[in-house]
Amino acid sequence: MMWALVLLPLLGAAFSWLVPDNRRRVWVLPVFSLAQLGVSVALLVHTPPASPAGWILLDALGKLVLMANSILFTICSFYAVGYLSYRLKRPNRVLCASLLVCLSATSLVVVSQHLGLLWIALEATTLTMAPLIYFNHNARSIEATWKYLLICSVGIAIALLGLFFLAYSTIVAKQEVSLLLPSLIRDAAALHPGWRHAAFIFLLVGFGSKMGLAPLHTWKPDAYGEAPGLVGALLAGGLVNCALLALLRVYQVAAASSEGALFQQVLLTMGLVSMAFAAVFMARQSDFKRMLAYSSVEHVGIIAVALGLGKGALFAGLLHMINNSLTKGVLFLSCGNIHRAFNSKSTQFVRGALRRTPWSAALFLAAFLAITGSPPFAPFVSEFLIVSSAFGQGNHWTGGLFLLFLALIFIGMASTVLPVVLGELPPDLERTRYRDAAPTVLPPLVLMGLVLLLGVWIPSPLQELLHEAARLLGGEA
Amino acid sequence: MNSLADQLLVLCLLINFAVLGTSRLAFSVRCVAVQGVLLGTLPALVHPFSWHVSFIVVSIILVKGGLIPVLIIRAIKKAEIEREFSPFIGYIPSLVLGALFTSLAFIFAARLPLAPEHEGLLIVPAAAATLMSGFLVLMGRRKAISQVLGYLLMENGIFLFGLLLADAMPVMVEAGALLDLLVGIFVMGIVINHISREFSSIDTSRLSALREE
Repeated sequence: MMWALVLLPLLGAAFSWLVPDNRRRVWVLPVFSLAQLGVSVALLVHTPPASPAGWILLDALGKLVLMANSILFTICSFYAVGYLSYRLKRPNRVLCASLLVCLSATSLVVVSQHLGLLWIALEATTLTMAPLIYFNHNARSIEATWKYLLICSVGIAIALLGLFFLAYSTIVAKQEVSLLLPSLIRDAAALHPGWRHAAFIFLLVGFGSKMGLAPLHTWKPDAYGEAPGLVGALLAGGLVNCALLALLRVYQVAAASSEGALFQQVLLTMGLVSMAFAAVFMARQSDFKRMLAYSSVEHVGIIAVALGLGKGALFAGLLHMINNSLTKGVLFLSCGNIHRAFNSKSTQFVRGALRRTPWSAALFLAAFLAITGSPPFAPFVSEFLIVSSAFGQGNHWTGGLFLLFLALIFIGMASTVLPVVLGELPPDLERTRYRDAAPTVLPPLVLMGLVLLLGVWIPSPLQELLHEAARLLGGEA
Repeated sequence: MNSLADQLLVLCLLINFAVLGTSRLAFSVRCVAVQGVLLGTLPALVHPFSWHVSFIVVSIILVKGGLIPVLIIRAIKKAEIEREFSPFIGYIPSLVLGALFTSLAFIFAARLPLAPEHEGLLIVPAAAATLMSGFLVLMGRRKAISQVLGYLLMENGIFLFGLLLADAMPVMVEAGALLDLLVGIFVMGIVINHISREFSSIDTSRLSALREE
């Protein structure tokens, strides 16, 4: 059953490669992602025990990421059918196959308990995303792809060195040599402190650059800005979670060793720095897709702050991970629609989208309100919990700065989003083919519904899962 | 550890300098390939014979000495370039910095808290020096192909360090990492090809349309 999670999308990728026709090929995506979602749900209900060697196990943290990713991917795959019907001239064989291989790799990230295996899967997700960012085949997208490939490859290579250091610290400490998570957590306190320390720093830098924590985020605005909205949604909502999960595995080991507090301190600082970067660059951003990239930097920052605070904030941080990926899905998909309808993503040319694409513009506006933390949407709940936990711990500086950055980001984002959505249509507008239609509006609408639902009511199984995951991170006794 | 392995490691260090000091891309590719093959034979010398080790040795030599150089040379031919022009860090400064990093690597390695069986080995300083040379090439050169070579040098350095972890890395993980590297270079080769078509050059300093004002 566990293997189906990884093999099913791979089978789909092979299948989509074989279908000769552009129009029919796209249907492979929803079919296989629905099947994958089905398998995921079955695994969430009846979780099998660990594989004999202990490499494969679906724990609470994995379940959370799996759920978020499967839902997002399924909805995006339905959107892909609508989106690609506007772009039939461009061959989509590579796109379909890469998307499914990427889904398979993300599933492997979720279930692997061996850090080496997790590294391989994470590197595979990085590589499969490169052709997707390059889908538009123009000078700007190739520049973005090159930056993304190089920075993420080097980042991930540094993470590998960090893993080697971690393994070496077991050798120096004469412990059982292994990169299996349970044995690392068990021996964490006994590992050689110097090597363990170096390992944590390298892993933080490596996985942090893949996740886009400032100041390692430089590839993000380019990649998110130039990739199609569909790919942006998966990068910001799906791949970020995978990199975060890798970081959470390191966090588990750190929490079990004596260095938990230091690791948390570093995460807290990086999180606040990310939010500050986002606040600065979001102001007067004239490209609304790049703006979303900075919003992504902000939200990985928020999650890092929650991890840094620890204790009660862990629950909120994990909840925010899910909220962020669903809301980012709406933002990128609706913004992709507006981009198509105006054939531009600069605020200079895109104004009054509510008149041209009423549904997409309304969704964009709603998702903007949600992501900046307005009630009654889900991110409000998680952000509120993080702030209250910061003040509850007596960490007034963190809480104060957090609120300040949120306010600045709200203002910066509003000054870009509001003219795009409301405003007057510019006079000499280019004619375009795209107008709102069910296939490209319904998927983000469903996601938006989920964001609203989680804002007013968190189902009790999800709540239990979040508490269990927070316990794995050493948050709640 | 035996003297043959030590000699190979010294050769690896010299190859770093060859890459740092040349502007000819095809020559750099061959250097990195030779280094890859040398590294590939090391596990056979350091560890006792087993199927695991021989599988790793064969696949590393095949990938690093065969497939990857072929992919990069093909990209060079398609892009029709031979040399690196006006790098950000010149060749003489690169060599001096390389020498500095190598000596620092030796001093640094002597102070590291290594396991008793690994003390006094050349592996750790060689790994650190190769890693730093890779960084130098990665940051100091303009051409996309040079940057790929820098990345490969870096990977070689990391791999060298991995030699110390004989048993921690199962075959599947090593094979997977190697496969990822191969696919990565393949994708980079394709992207380089597109860069040269789009910009009629593979000078990455021309990739500046997306800079934030």
